[in-house]
Amino acid sequence: MTGRKPLRLASLAACLLLLGARDPILVPEISQHEIQVRQGFTGADLLLFGAVLSPEGSRAAQDYDIVVVLEGPVQSIVLREKQKVAGMWINADSLEFRSAPSYFAVASSRPIGKIVDDKTAAIYELGLKWLQLSPIGVIEPREQKRFSEGLVDLMRRQGLYREDEGSVRISGQVLYQARISLPSSVQTGTYTAETFAIRGGKVVASAITRVDVKKEGFERFVAVAAERNGWLYGLFAVVVSVGMGWIAGRLFARG
Amino acid sequence: MAPSGLLARTCRPSVAKAMDVYLPIANLSVNGLVIIGLGALTGLLSGMFGVGGGFLTTPLLIFYGVPPTVAAASAASQVTGASVSGAFAQARRGGIDYHIGAVLVAGGVIGTGLGSLLFRLLQSLGQIDTVINILYVLLLGGIGGLMAQESIAALRAQKSGQPLPARKRRHHPLVASLPLRWRFYRSGLYISPLAPLLLGMATGILTMLMGIGGGFILVPAMLYILGMGVNVVVGTSLFQILFVTMVTTMMHALTTRAVDIVLAGLLLVGSVTGAQLGTFFAQKAKPEQLRLVLAVIVLAVALRMALGLGYRPDEIYTVVPL
Repeated sequence: MTGRKPLRLASLAACLLLLGARDPILVPEISQHEIQVRQGFTGADLLLFGAVLSPEGSRAAQDYDIVVVLEGPVQSIVLREKQKVAGMWINADSLEFRSAPSYFAVASSRPIGKIVDDKTAAIYELGLKWLQLSPIGVIEPREQKRFSEGLVDLMRRQGLYREDEGSVRISGQVLYQARISLPSSVQTGTYTAETFAIRGGKVVASAITRVDVKKEGFERFVAVAAERNGWLYGLFAVVVSVGMGWIAGRLFARG
Repeated sequence: MAPSGLLARTCRPSVAKAMDVYLPIANLSVNGLVIIGLGALTGLLSGMFGVGGGFLTTPLLIFYGVPPTVAAASAASQVTGASVSGAFAQARRGGIDYHIGAVLVAGGVIGTGLGSLLFRLLQSLGQIDTVINILYVLLLGGIGGLMAQESIAALRAQKSGQPLPARKRRHHPLVASLPLRWRFYRSGLYISPLAPLLLGMATGILTMLMGIGGGFILVPAMLYILGMGVNVVVGTSLFQILFVTMVTTMMHALTTRAVDIVLAGLLLVGSVTGAQLGTFFAQKAKPEQLRLVLAVIVLAVALRMALGLGYRPDEIYTVVPL
């Protein structure tokens, strides 16, 4: 591998000199830049689409592969692992991750393994296998792998991590489109959608678009009140529960 | 009893779609009818047996996918609603000993404070779920067993026509050994206020941790440990539960911030109606039979929880924000 490095650099330089101008342009777009979480929200379907053009503005006329990565706000988490201790399954081990995305979806036009090699996939985080979770502390690679796989598996089954190979449709070597769905349990925040155009195992163009997921209306009001006005919120909850119990008692007593 | 079963029975797909409700604190969308049904089920129990029904709400909500903290915090306000009308009814017929009730409530408030500290400690250790599960198994198993034994004995005695031997002592010898004695006229007791205070504290801690009202622990404890009379036990326990769950809701609103008002509202709609139906049914059935049914339900929940501890869980991993 290392022996080839100078050769690669040389070819890269040659590319820049000779072919640099011919790198395609990626124009990404997203069906909505804002997702409102309000009453009745059951998740959202995002359509990520766009075009790959040659610099002259004509169609790229070459075969490209497209990979779209949609990533939610990153959070620090503790991942706890249950083990059987004295006949009971209890949390016995844990690992802290500094940057676990709350949502992560990869869509590609072909299986990732056929588009790029492992190294490129790891650099651009193309695929759940290559998620960089930054565990905190000194951890054995084997243990880290076990926990990372556990997290990915868990989030996958909750619909928060997804990998959809072959779901990006490319038409006429120009237009591409991918549909990615968000479940209702997504976190609010800014989501980034990064699109990669790949040819010959190399990323030749990439572009980022953003989506804001936020609570609106009543939902926003409730979440903010619970966070900032604990006293009032709690009092309100108590009054509502006492009131409803009392009213029901009165209604049924008369009826 | 499984939510999915309820879902299938109560609504067709088109209705399910229309009843999707987003819970702003739990951060997920649920079927509103399922939650109302859940509330009605526990309300029915509370009306029939005079228990809060929280011991069923919390585990079922967790089973349905609601985060455990949100489930416990919101179930507490449901228990408030379910116990209000019962408490009013008991107050009218003089079934509340306010004196001992006040001591119980004071203990309950201290208990919720302690419970909230304990909650945080266990949460940071990552053992809150295990502790809640073990508590459920021990408490429900123990009390369900006792209730079953007693009601079977009572039913047998009825059949054979022989009355049960009368209970020998009024209150537990440990209670008599406590210092400082007060007279509680309504209950006809001359005991140390420390006994109801400690009992109140214990139920306060449990309410905070498990989202239960503690009625099913309080009632037998008042009968057999404090030696209170049957005519004031249910009313006084409802009185204590009412205030302690109110304090618990406040405590959760201020510390864990996990009270989901939408979830609590849905549960309340179900439970207050269910509670009225339950009261209606309760008047038609024999008390011994009712207690046997309650004992079976309590034991079933305990068994389910015990199996949950022993079997390999569906999820080995859990994510907690740092």
